[in-house]
Amino acid sequence: MAMTIHVDIVSAEEAIYSGSAEVVIAPGQRGELGIHPRHTPLLTTLKPGAVRMKLPDQAEEMMIYVSGGILEVQPHVVTILSDTAIRGSDLDEAKALEAKRAAEDAMKNREASLDYAKAQAELAEAIAQLATIQRLRKKI
Amino acid sequence: MAAGKEIRTQIKSVENTRKITKAMEMVAASKMRRAQERMKSARPYAEKIANVATHLAYAHTEYKHPFVIARENVRRAGLVLVTSDKGLCGGLNTNALRLVMTQLKQWQAAGVEVDVSAIGNKGLGFMQRLGANVVSQLTGIGDTPRLEMLIGPVKIMLDAYMAGRIDALYIVYNRFVNTMKQAPTLTQLLPLTKLANEDEASLRTHWDYIYEPDAQPVVDAMLKRYIESLVYQAVAENIACEQSARMVAMKSASDNAKNVIGELKLIYNKTRQAAITKELSEIVAGAAAV
Repeated sequence: MAMTIHVDIVSAEEAIYSGSAEVVIAPGQRGELGIHPRHTPLLTTLKPGAVRMKLPDQAEEMMIYVSGGILEVQPHVVTILSDTAIRGSDLDEAKALEAKRAAEDAMKNREASLDYAKAQAELAEAIAQLATIQRLRKKI
Repeated sequence: MAAGKEIRTQIKSVENTRKITKAMEMVAASKMRRAQERMKSARPYAEKIANVATHLAYAHTEYKHPFVIARENVRRAGLVLVTSDKGLCGGLNTNALRLVMTQLKQWQAAGVEVDVSAIGNKGLGFMQRLGANVVSQLTGIGDTPRLEMLIGPVKIMLDAYMAGRIDALYIVYNRFVNTMKQAPTLTQLLPLTKLANEDEASLRTHWDYIYEPDAQPVVDAMLKRYIESLVYQAVAENIACEQSARMVAMKSASDNAKNVIGELKLIYNKTRQAAITKELSEIVAGAAAV
């Protein structure tokens, strides 16, 4: 039996695959990486693509699609941390801006609602004054 | 018999309330199961990425990421506050917010200013009433949190940390202990200090990764995802907490309604009986007079 290496593929929302393989081929940032057992420690980011694995006792390769992520290699363990979202610095930036804008909008709206509350208070005061005046007139 | 009619109306209205709380209880129970599953399915990733981060802490890298370097003087702290969007879930949010208050007071005493990133409506409202500096917010997560949603708010905090606007980053959320118990928790996200605690003899030797393409972008991406996964885990746990807290709160509300209905029915029957007795005695007295 050939030597095998343990492979864990997980994404933030679920575990995708856990088992052993003879070879793992992953789409690294600088091209495809073939990882055999006892590979030297390696850390790299992955491009979106297919991770192929040669499983022991099976002729066919197993394929799992990942949309990018991180690949860590220890001599007997390969860990693939798959991304669930499509990443890119521009996309991330857009999301950050959106979250910030939401906070700023909320602050503005708060001021608006404060003004509303103030106006309401003034209105109530004016109504009370009118009522008093009317009562005074009736007495006269 | 005016009193009797009033009581009947009241019984009716309490019964209606009970129907609602009962329905909410059942909805929360089914959502809770799913939320717990989601929380559990997020665990492998959290464990694996924590492993990698630990390995990284042991590796003798020539490049030290700012996230792992502790800063001595904390002048401004970041706080990610995870709460639920909706109420009617018992003391869940109140407990978390109380924890935040004590922490804020401590910081205030130490002269530390705070930037808040609010995830969830309740915490956001609280922070706004308090007049805190809310730099980002995320509401309307729903029942299925997705990592994608959290990237934005987390990035703002990480950028602020990298730029030196904040010197530490904390997160507050409710940790899921079990269905009956939720523990409000405050944890430090940045700087990453606790990583090197694990004792793995095999990692103690002098080694380093091969980085592709370079150490810096890879470690950057890796630690960014690590923080994101921690925040995601916190949000997933908080949702599971919310549903179970709501289920418990609604169950006790239904039980209370049941008691109230019982008491009201007793009063109703007593007054009815009293009225009948009175009428009878009047008739008897009338007959005796004739």
